[in-house]
Amino acid sequence: MSPEIFQTVEWSRAQFALTAIYHWLFVPLTLGLGFLIALMETRYYRTGDLFWLRTTKFWMRLFGINFAIGVATGLILEFEFGTNWSNYSHFVGDIFGAPLAIEGLMAFFLEATFIAVMFFGWNKVSKRFHLAATWLTAIGANLSALWILVANAWMQSPVGCRFNVETVRNEMTSFGEVLFSPVAINKFFHTVTSSFLLAALFVVGVSAWYLLRGRDRETARRSIGMAAPFGLLFALLAATTGDRSGAEVARVQPMKLAAMEALYDGEAGAPLTVFALLRPEAERTSNETSRRLRIEIPKLLSLMSYRDVEAYVAGINDLIRGNPEQGILSAEEKIARGREAIGALARYRTAREAGDRQGMAAVERLFDPATPEGAEFLSEKFAWFGYGYIDDPARLVPNVPLLFYSFRIMVGAGLFFILLLGVVWRLNSKERLADKRWLLRLCILAVPLAYIASQAGWVVAEAGRQPWAIQNLLPVGVAVTKIGASSVAVTFFLFLALFTALLAAEVSILCRQIKIGPEKE
Amino acid sequence: MNGLKRIARFYIDGFRGMTLGRTLWAIILVKLFVLFAVLKLFFFPDPLAGKSPDERGSFVGEALTETLQHND
Repeated sequence: MSPEIFQTVEWSRAQFALTAIYHWLFVPLTLGLGFLIALMETRYYRTGDLFWLRTTKFWMRLFGINFAIGVATGLILEFEFGTNWSNYSHFVGDIFGAPLAIEGLMAFFLEATFIAVMFFGWNKVSKRFHLAATWLTAIGANLSALWILVANAWMQSPVGCRFNVETVRNEMTSFGEVLFSPVAINKFFHTVTSSFLLAALFVVGVSAWYLLRGRDRETARRSIGMAAPFGLLFALLAATTGDRSGAEVARVQPMKLAAMEALYDGEAGAPLTVFALLRPEAERTSNETSRRLRIEIPKLLSLMSYRDVEAYVAGINDLIRGNPEQGILSAEEKIARGREAIGALARYRTAREAGDRQGMAAVERLFDPATPEGAEFLSEKFAWFGYGYIDDPARLVPNVPLLFYSFRIMVGAGLFFILLLGVVWRLNSKERLADKRWLLRLCILAVPLAYIASQAGWVVAEAGRQPWAIQNLLPVGVAVTKIGASSVAVTFFLFLALFTALLAAEVSILCRQIKIGPEKE
Repeated sequence: MNGLKRIARFYIDGFRGMTLGRTLWAIILVKLFVLFAVLKLFFFPDPLAGKSPDERGSFVGEALTETLQHND
């Protein structure tokens, strides 16, 4: 990769990451708070208690602020696919386009239609219809997330597709395989359950602030009474789906798992590192030299990855140098196979330009899974297509410290939230929470921590996929559009300014509305 | 027709009755203006826009195979 392209790739990655991070500041609260509001309104619908009407309207106001400021921030990501990642956009073909189109046509319109009823429909539509609109808004938001996450899961584990050598695009062969791939299912449930947790912590945190101030106690106490068990339930489900996601990562992205664990030498019965300090990069060549102050749980990594305490978990060195005993190919071998696959594509293009139909047909057979040579070529060579672009095996290793610490922030925060919500729920139900001022302060601190943990999860997912835009098939260096690095840098700072202004606006309006509080009786 | 009028009235009354919503709409409109009018000037052209499917395939095919030639 030339130095200029390298710069373009790095700035384009930074720009996409910045846009995605800011977009994700708004999304999880929308996903989770929608359901909490629906539950509160259901309580109002069933009991007719006006307290729940006022409480629903209060949290709905905060939901509206977050929704309004966050809406359309994801559009920039879609622009960037075309402008910064044009090779990628073409290569993924309709596989990426189909879920995004469904998201736009079905889920977004469902959400957008019913959100109007939700906000404008009080006293204008029946209570039952209004309640239905609130539930449909929450469901619509989560359906939107489903399609986006299905598209993202395909980048982590490309399935249900076939590469068309003539159009240089992947074509979907099975919508079901794309939609119901284990990676997509786990990603969706892990993302939404953790978002529900974040929303619950938001409600608990704001309510804790009221309790600390000694105001709106009833709203705070009863909101916590609903949000704490809701959050606890989804924290436990997020832990379960996270565990299943880990097993999927071991299967389809072993390098990501090795980097998350800073596991350099693979081992049978591998321990899970609870915490460690990583040594500088130059010293990290083996398990012994990579970590210090290690706290480990024996055999747990093998158990979590392969459901077998003695299973072999591949390390970074295995994946780079190869390990024939474990059936792991070396990076050099994969690079050679990838180059053969790219060579076949190049031969097809040459034959096509020369009008050599025989030559074209020979290559087409290689890319046809129905022919014996095609089945072999696709599984033995094309499966490593992207490796053909890798000039140095060291580039196959993602940023180990970033993954290692981000993963521990996410998991550590998740475990802390389970404990916190359990204690808060219990004390609140015994009406002893308001006296525990230190715990109330902790609840407030848990709100930013929930956002940090949520972002850390995405860092693990996305930075852990590097150097791939599409796992094993397309590295970011080839996926990128060849534009000037300085131009991308300029837009990076423009987006930074815009999103920071939006975030400041959101925080400021939210704080003002929280200070105003719910309507009085 | 009456149904459409009622829907239109529903939205008009809804927007008129907004208090906090007006501030939010102002933010949304400014944001969309910045996104589509101001930042559009800085967006790079999509190199595949306006090309036929065949031309797109050739363009990306070249990008995907030229790297191999460099490596060789």
